Amino acid sequence: MTATATTATPDTGTAPVLEVAGLGVRFATESGTLSAVDGVDLSLAPGEIVGIVGESGCGKSVTAMSLAGLLPRSAKIEGSVRLLGTELVGAKPGVLRAARGQDIAYIFQEPMSSLNPVLTVGRQITEVLQVHEKLSRKEALERAVELLGVVGIPSPRERVKHYPHQLSGGMRQRVMIAMAVACQPRVLVADEPTTALDVTVQAGILDVLRGLRDRFGTSILVITHDLGVIADVADRVVVMYAGRVVERAGVDELFARPQHHYTSGLLSASPTPGRHAGTHRLQEIPGLVPVLSEQPDACTFADRCPAATDRCTTSRPVLEPARVSAPEPAQGRPMGQGGPDGLGREHLVACWHPRGDTPRLTPEDRA
Amino acid sequence: MRSYLLNRAWQSLVTLVLATVVVFLGVRALPGDPALALAGEDRTPEALAAIRERYGLDQPLPLQFWHFVSNAAHGDLGTSVRTGQSVNDMLRTALPVTLELSLLAIAIAVVLGVGAGVVAAVRRGRPAEWVANAFALLGLSVPHFWLGLIAILYLSVATGLFPASGFVPLGEDPVSNLHHVILPALILGTGLSAVIMRQTRSSMLDSLSTDYVRTAEAKGLRPSVVVRRHALRNSLIVVVTIVGLQLGGLISGAVVTEQIFGLPGFGKMTIDAVFQRDYPVIQAVVLVTATAYIVINFAVDLLYSIIDPRVRVTGEAS
Repeated sequence: MTATATTATPDTGTAPVLEVAGLGVRFATESGTLSAVDGVDLSLAPGEIVGIVGESGCGKSVTAMSLAGLLPRSAKIEGSVRLLGTELVGAKPGVLRAARGQDIAYIFQEPMSSLNPVLTVGRQITEVLQVHEKLSRKEALERAVELLGVVGIPSPRERVKHYPHQLSGGMRQRVMIAMAVACQPRVLVADEPTTALDVTVQAGILDVLRGLRDRFGTSILVITHDLGVIADVADRVVVMYAGRVVERAGVDELFARPQHHYTSGLLSASPTPGRHAGTHRLQEIPGLVPVLSEQPDACTFADRCPAATDRCTTSRPVLEPARVSAPEPAQGRPMGQGGPDGLGREHLVACWHPRGDTPRLTPEDRA
Repeated sequence: MRSYLLNRAWQSLVTLVLATVVVFLGVRALPGDPALALAGEDRTPEALAAIRERYGLDQPLPLQFWHFVSNAAHGDLGTSVRTGQSVNDMLRTALPVTLELSLLAIAIAVVLGVGAGVVAAVRRGRPAEWVANAFALLGLSVPHFWLGLIAILYLSVATGLFPASGFVPLGEDPVSNLHHVILPALILGTGLSAVIMRQTRSSMLDSLSTDYVRTAEAKGLRPSVVVRRHALRNSLIVVVTIVGLQLGGLISGAVVTEQIFGLPGFGKMTIDAVFQRDYPVIQAVVLVTATAYIVINFAVDLLYSIIDPRVRVTGEAS
């Protein structure tokens, strides 16, 4: 692994730091195999924030964990995950260890249980620095203090000596982030980073993530079920359903013109401030995400889809460019708009009956 | 922390006093008269009365109790009815033997038990776990007095690798001392290690599936570091509890083992005293045992707060 953490500025337009192709994950369970992820393609450009969104059980967390081989042994992974040019699927344990924490780092949902209760937060940050950057204990501690400052923890010199139970939930998640970015990884995977936190604390955490991208050019993969988080931080969105990617687009594009009926269902199921207050009930999507033992040759959303036809149950739709009219010129956000450019930024949808130009709310309306 | 210590000291004192009362009455409720045991052939009423008077057995119980407590408080545990030796002297020779045996046994138990438990958890579902489990099952189900007899039969009598009985003080000849103690300690230790192994294994399995172990893996730490620093450190809380409980059991285990290997320890002293209705010695033995329990419990509690920082805060609060 030649790639070391460089002090990159957001240099958009270069080769992707993370390329996932045909990723599939199966679990061997007592009642047979369970297909959790099927044929997922994904790419992450330097300094880009990509959101993976979907309901519980759609395979988004499994996708995230599989990137660095963090799934239990019962998981069978196929396909390819290339991180800075290095293949991680089927890589030797040493290669994976070198990549973890150094080039790809994780933030998990529940900061209390994700931090070791019997070690000080300082120790938990310094150990990753000692392993990858070969710092001495003292140097590492200095860096840990610095890092706690970077993620917005007041009086970091005192806080390094504290144990996780002495911190609030938001502080713990900031510690998790400090730990994750200690070696300035090129890719940060945040699995439901704000789900366990108070709404007031959420915004602060998202600010920290955005700040890391701006400051170090870190590419971030945010896994969430919360479209509000997506609208807040993501440049691009990947919508997953039952282990498959059903739609992929820039964030403004997706919110404005969702093509998949699942995506538009998700959007209708989250509240819009001001809009229909008091007069409009939230739409729910009927049914549940199916648990699949085999990936069928059909659209997995067909059972719950208002637009499903016979074709949807007999043949599987693939991701194709959406047939929508050209989007308005980008304003503010440099990325995430339609149009093919080889980095997966075009609007793709896996649906036999996409919604086309049916209008939707814009993120500005929602935020 | 200071109020916590004071609180603990107070509790310990109450426990000690209660233990003393119970044993004092318990010993006297035992069937059998020490005067009869001592008198031997000469069981004339005059001889018995003389014996009773000499050892204060003719005094009313509250007075006897008061004598015992006030003397014990001054560090004098009385004189053995059977040998006429001072109980303090008897303890001085017997305690080091038992202490050495127990410490060695517990060290063996912890090393074997924690080691095998960690291996069984980390290598779950592989041959190493089966071996560790089989070893634990054997250790749990084989009574150690039987194991001791077998060991004497094959390792001492048949091959002469170890002495079958006897003891040499550590200060006199350390090598010979170890030679005498290692076999009983091994026998005593393996029985304990089985329990420790089972607990370590299940507690390690819990730790290994926690989120913070996944975090540690996501940091790119070596598996050995993940196991030691992250999983084992948390599992130790359970292990320390078990070892603490086992230490109490160790005292009774030592009684049997000492008897088999003919070690002149605390256990042997206890058995002899009970058979002879040697009140002062029995009382002293129980007092020492109760004190040992209290000290061990206290040490375990202190260990908790070293291992688990969350306990430290609760300790301050109470």
